[in-house]
Amino acid sequence: MATNILMPALSPTMEEGKLAKWLVKEGDTVKSGDILAEIETDKATMEFEAVDEGKIGKILVPEGSEGVKVNAPIAVLLDEGEKADAVVDISAAMKDIKAAVKAEVAPKAEAKTEAPKAAAPAAPASGGGATPQTSKTDGARLFASPLARRIAATKGVDLSALSGSGPRGRIVKSDVENAKPGAAKPAAAGAPAAAAGGIPGVAPLPDARLLYPAGSYVETPHDSMRKAIAKRLTSAKTLIPHYYLTVDCNLDALMAAREKMNAAAPKGKDKVPAYKLSVNDFIIKASAMALMKHPDVNASWTDTAILRHKDADVGVAVALDFGLITPIIFKAQTKGLVEISAEVKSLAARAKEKKLKPSEYEGGGFSVSNLGMYGIKNFTSIINPPQSCIIAVGAGEQRAIVKDGKLDIGVVMTVTMSADHRVVDGGTGAKFLQTLKTFIEEPASMLL
Amino acid sequence: MSDAYDVIVVGGGPGGYVCAIRCAQLGLKTAVVERDRMGGICLNWGCIPTKALLRSSEIWHLMHRLNEFGFSADNFKFDIAKIVARSRAVSKQLSDGVSFLMKKHKITVIPGEAELTAKDKLSVTKDGKSADYTAKNIVLATGARARTLPGLEPDGKLIWTYREAMIPESFPKSLVVVGSGAIGIEFASFYRTLGAEVTVVEVLDRVLPVEDEEISAFAAKAFTKQGMKLKVGTQVTELKKGADNVTCTLKDKAGKTEQLTVDRVILAMGIVGNVENIGLEAAGIKVEKTHVVAGKYGETGVDGVWAIGDLVGAPWLAHKAMHEGVIVAEKIAGVKGVHPLNTSNVPGCTYCWPQVASVGLTEAAAKATGRKIKVGKFPFIGNGKAIALGEAEGLVKTVFDAETGELLGAHMIGAEVTELIQGYTIAKSGELTDQELAHTIFPHPTLSEMMHEAVLAADGAALHI
Repeated sequence: MATNILMPALSPTMEEGKLAKWLVKEGDTVKSGDILAEIETDKATMEFEAVDEGKIGKILVPEGSEGVKVNAPIAVLLDEGEKADAVVDISAAMKDIKAAVKAEVAPKAEAKTEAPKAAAPAAPASGGGATPQTSKTDGARLFASPLARRIAATKGVDLSALSGSGPRGRIVKSDVENAKPGAAKPAAAGAPAAAAGGIPGVAPLPDARLLYPAGSYVETPHDSMRKAIAKRLTSAKTLIPHYYLTVDCNLDALMAAREKMNAAAPKGKDKVPAYKLSVNDFIIKASAMALMKHPDVNASWTDTAILRHKDADVGVAVALDFGLITPIIFKAQTKGLVEISAEVKSLAARAKEKKLKPSEYEGGGFSVSNLGMYGIKNFTSIINPPQSCIIAVGAGEQRAIVKDGKLDIGVVMTVTMSADHRVVDGGTGAKFLQTLKTFIEEPASMLL
Repeated sequence: MSDAYDVIVVGGGPGGYVCAIRCAQLGLKTAVVERDRMGGICLNWGCIPTKALLRSSEIWHLMHRLNEFGFSADNFKFDIAKIVARSRAVSKQLSDGVSFLMKKHKITVIPGEAELTAKDKLSVTKDGKSADYTAKNIVLATGARARTLPGLEPDGKLIWTYREAMIPESFPKSLVVVGSGAIGIEFASFYRTLGAEVTVVEVLDRVLPVEDEEISAFAAKAFTKQGMKLKVGTQVTELKKGADNVTCTLKDKAGKTEQLTVDRVILAMGIVGNVENIGLEAAGIKVEKTHVVAGKYGETGVDGVWAIGDLVGAPWLAHKAMHEGVIVAEKIAGVKGVHPLNTSNVPGCTYCWPQVASVGLTEAAAKATGRKIKVGKFPFIGNGKAIALGEAEGLVKTVFDAETGELLGAHMIGAEVTELIQGYTIAKSGELTDQELAHTIFPHPTLSEMMHEAVLAADGAALHI
């Protein structure tokens, strides 16, 4: 019997992705384990393997399609001797795909479980699926009548871009009927309009194109990563009550220790040292050790509880030519500096090739963002949810310091922590930074 | 005497008094002008007293089925005077109740007939004496009265309108009812059930012509079985009064005439708005076909003057007038988010036996919109509660948009359907689709289960048939 090949979920939180490339074509015979396609998520490109054997009867989603919902049928796999349109209702499936693709411009659905429902072929008896557009901004409920939702789904209207005229602003049938399909929100208008449009009393930002003469700019459509960055950071900065703590750390002791350790690195046959520790590796280790001492900081907010993490999983922001990503050094408290250093290098290299697995960058309890190598003295970061704190690390530089009442010169680095006030109160954050400062200034104390 | 009000409502019927109460609730200084009794036609000469009469006829009907339910009695009689007296008492109780509500909400009741003298001024005349009143807003709610046609004029003795039909001094042995809308059919049903020979004459092709065709046909069959004579596609061309009877000349579509002599005639050919002598012309308020032309929030085009209810437009129903009264009150008070009335969500009820109730588009009207529809039907005979009640005659019908699942209309005939229709009305107002209705749990055993089944039936999934 013909079966649908469904868009895979490459991580627990993945809701949609780009079908970057088909590695098979219609008529190809495949067996279990063959690579069918490359799927691009927010942050990585992954290979998608066949689970069953059979013949590719029909490719439903062309390569390059963005915003394909998880569990949407992407191809039809036939048993031997079967015809392409034998069993599966391709046109029905296509309709769902179109709806799913159109829904892509909408902010992510409130409940993950709704996505497969929306994309699944409609049951004939009930005569239609649920609609994918259920939330205005992440987590905010969107009020629309069931009929409005149904009509929006068939017309391809993004409910989150509409304002409701029904009781208490509920979106009703006439609101959807008056909206132009797809025109409700041009794809390129993107995240700011959606986010601002969702907050009562806040005017949506105008499309920037209206403010510049045509031809005076180069337009680059958003890729998956750009959309994810826009969406996540807008949500994080808007929804999380940030506050900031800044501390200076004297790096003299750390620099001395680092020099000794690097000098002691064994050299291989090609005379390349086995490791070269960076200041950042020390900061990761110090953060992990400080997190273990202050579990209140190593925590995540939920609406009903605070989750305190048992391990120090420290994210490291990696700047890429095409964006940024924060892979995680899991259980960093158990790892030595050499191991941390090697892991960061490997993660950064694979991030640049878009080869990270979602499990390597999702989650974490804390993040380190370091712009010191660019000479940045001090900056503030946006918290990387579901984490609660991130430190922004500036350059270690020689500064005049006052020591025991005398002016001296020392290598000093400024660290600014952004904290989620729902989880970490000021005093708690300050105590953590105090410990972190101690570990950075006296690396040997981490051994205590 | 002069006094400045925020709002004066002209007419104390269901639209007017409800509007006044809502105005008072919203803190507005409010008065109502009423020339007769509070409650208007609805409470005094319409909805309520007819329900009291029909309750009597229902009991009479059941008394003839005593044996079926395990009782025996003989030599039972009715006394039309007592039936009418009860109906009047019910009206009085409710009218007094409305007067009490006026007092409770500190609404001034001004007895008399009002005329607009300026957009914010009224002259109220009572027993030849006039007084002027000033109000920032004036809500016209003067209602409507029975329509008459040349040659078809009531005399109050032999040729009745609803008003005389409600208070017969003696019980007529035979009747012609002209018009088979809700009013005509309710009287036809009342008199037929109590034993009168009733002939209903309808100029259109079917009785209850605003209802779904299938429901009309079902009703016609039930009425005929009860012994009612239905003459559709027929006009009454002449009424000739005798000493204590009337000879009606009927003409059918083919031009064939026939004469019918009956004790009394009831005229129920629709209504006309009470637009006269209230100063509409001078104020510059537009009137079309005896009704005031008003916007979707009751605006008349004259600043501060509003119009609601039967005075305005169809459907001519008390609950529509009440809802408009609330809308206008809230508009005047500046309440945010007031929504206009959606006429396709106004249910209609006819309290004949069997009862008829509906909301939204008929099957034919839905088809005429050009969309793909699906229809679900469920008969009373498939419902346990209906059989237990001994009321297995009836039908519930739903009309959905096949693509969006929108409930376009619902149509019911049978016992208690006037109490059931609100379920579908809620569904329409809340824009529920077939799916939400299908997933709603209806209590067992109730007549309402048929509403569920009629939804499921639209997808061929009804369970008990």
